[in-house]
Amino acid sequence: MQGFAVFRDLIRYNFEFAAGLVLVGIVVLMALLSFVSPYPPLDVYVVAPDAPPSWDFIFGTSSRGQDVFWQLTVAIRNTLSFGITVAVLSRIISLVVGLLAGYKGGWVDRVLMSINDTFIVIPFFPILILFYFIMRDAMSWTSLALITAALGWAYDARLIRAMAMSLRTREFTSQAYFSGASTRQILVQDHLPFVLPILFSTTMNNINWSIGIEVTLSVLGFTDINTPTIGGMIYWANQHAALVSGVWWWVAFPIALVIMLFVGLFLLAISMNEYIDPRSRLARMGGGA
Amino acid sequence: MKSYLAYLAKRLVQFVVVVFIGVNITYVITHSTPIDPVEQSISAATSFGVTSPEAVEMMRASLRQLYGLEGSPIEQYVSFWRRVVVGDFGPSLSAFPTPVSTLIWRAMPWTVGLLLASTIMTWIIGNFIGGLAGYYRRNRFLKLLGIVSMGVHPIPYYIIAFVLLIIFGFLWPILPISGGASMNANRADTFGFALDVLLHSVLPSLSLMAVGIGGWFMGMRSLVSNIVTEDYVTYAELGGVRPRTILTSYVMRNALGPQVTGLALQLGAIFNGAIITEQVFGYPGLGSLLISGVHAGDYSLVLGITSVSIIAVSAAVLLIDLLYPLIDPRVEAR
Repeated sequence: MQGFAVFRDLIRYNFEFAAGLVLVGIVVLMALLSFVSPYPPLDVYVVAPDAPPSWDFIFGTSSRGQDVFWQLTVAIRNTLSFGITVAVLSRIISLVVGLLAGYKGGWVDRVLMSINDTFIVIPFFPILILFYFIMRDAMSWTSLALITAALGWAYDARLIRAMAMSLRTREFTSQAYFSGASTRQILVQDHLPFVLPILFSTTMNNINWSIGIEVTLSVLGFTDINTPTIGGMIYWANQHAALVSGVWWWVAFPIALVIMLFVGLFLLAISMNEYIDPRSRLARMGGGA
Repeated sequence: MKSYLAYLAKRLVQFVVVVFIGVNITYVITHSTPIDPVEQSISAATSFGVTSPEAVEMMRASLRQLYGLEGSPIEQYVSFWRRVVVGDFGPSLSAFPTPVSTLIWRAMPWTVGLLLASTIMTWIIGNFIGGLAGYYRRNRFLKLLGIVSMGVHPIPYYIIAFVLLIIFGFLWPILPISGGASMNANRADTFGFALDVLLHSVLPSLSLMAVGIGGWFMGMRSLVSNIVTEDYVTYAELGGVRPRTILTSYVMRNALGPQVTGLALQLGAIFNGAIITEQVFGYPGLGSLLISGVHAGDYSLVLGITSVSIIAVSAAVLLIDLLYPLIDPRVEAR
């Protein structure tokens, strides 16, 4: 029931959280609509091309003869699930590295943090482009998700490590240790629950980050362009010079939807961050701080 | 001084580690794919017209050498490192026989200039208004500014750049939207040329700044609003120190440290943004070069730019770290 109380407080006292929830909710609803799409997502020329938004086609149709609305539902579903996959995978890495480095300390910490700092400063974009360059047509949704996750864990691992370092000095850690708990048990049963709130807020940010990468790479044509995604839609629109020929709805709706998703997830992340900090939470609830 | 040397040594080691791991990542990516890049290039080259088997064999041999696939794995690894250390990535395939290093050096000033200017401006503006917003919490205008910059912040570079391009390219065409300078620019006229370059850099740097300012703004605002409640600030206020002095010397000065560290950590991300910005605005820097290299199938160029960008970013991080004691003298003591 505690989870429900947190949720209720967030909605009641935190305007950003409610707004973010509504925005993300609309986007998720769009993604779910893809399951009832009347057209197969990869088929082209199923409707009259270049029709402006109307009652028949509320977001218009593209120059490839696709209904922009239904195409968008599939695209946002793929984009969203890409973001979630990357976020989950990279959260696992950052949890393991962060908790282990913070708890173990010593040379384990030093080695892990050297690797960690490297991944923070390295410009990952050229690496992703190099990856595409080598993979070419074999570049798939899965391989892109894997390599993006491998590049996107470092910053949050540092956050988690900082928390784990303070958790290590708490008495319950010593008690667990002297009761004979293994490292794995201490990390999973004692430390993980404390890290969970910050993990949620970094998940939102990481979904944003990875979707940004997906959109950017697809727009440049550096992904599997046959899987419909938001970036892929913009790519095809650019290929058909949609803006020059006046088919603005082909570009505007994907961009508007993805911006909604970005702002929504971002609002969720910052409102959760604020909630985690008891001082700002109390100030908001009128308790004074 | 001795402690500074220890600090210096530690940072240098970190620099070496970053470059080592970074170059190893590029090595692993280029050597552990299921696809043979040599066969790919050959099938691309031979798909037009008939090529004699001998010619294909010669092509295969020279490509294998170029891709560094000759010899045992250890030899390949050593020769890969030699190329990175010497900075010799061989001739470019798409601009044969110009060496890759020449192409990179030609593009470097554009990227570095654009990045340096917009990064520094973003950092200063974001921190300044963030500091003001943290200090004057009740100011309506600063609150509005905060909402706007936070709203823009999570949107990726590409979308911002694209929106700016539409606004200033089609709706209100007052700024040049493409290139680093006018095609017919007279380079002898130094002042006119500089102005031209400056004008062409407005949109790319504006898009970089629009995305970047929000992060610094939020960071600085929360730092400052924490510092304002410190005892020494209250003491200074009661002691009658002018508010402006309190803001600059007491509050902002102390908040700068984490922000400088943040700048070092974000450099890689800024470089990523520059690649996309350059591509959208056709700016003749490293990013455009990299993407044209990918389209042309120029392996040595892509590998060269990737390695150079890793080394350049880590060197810039090292530089910031070395300057850090100027801002926070306590670092040396640690």
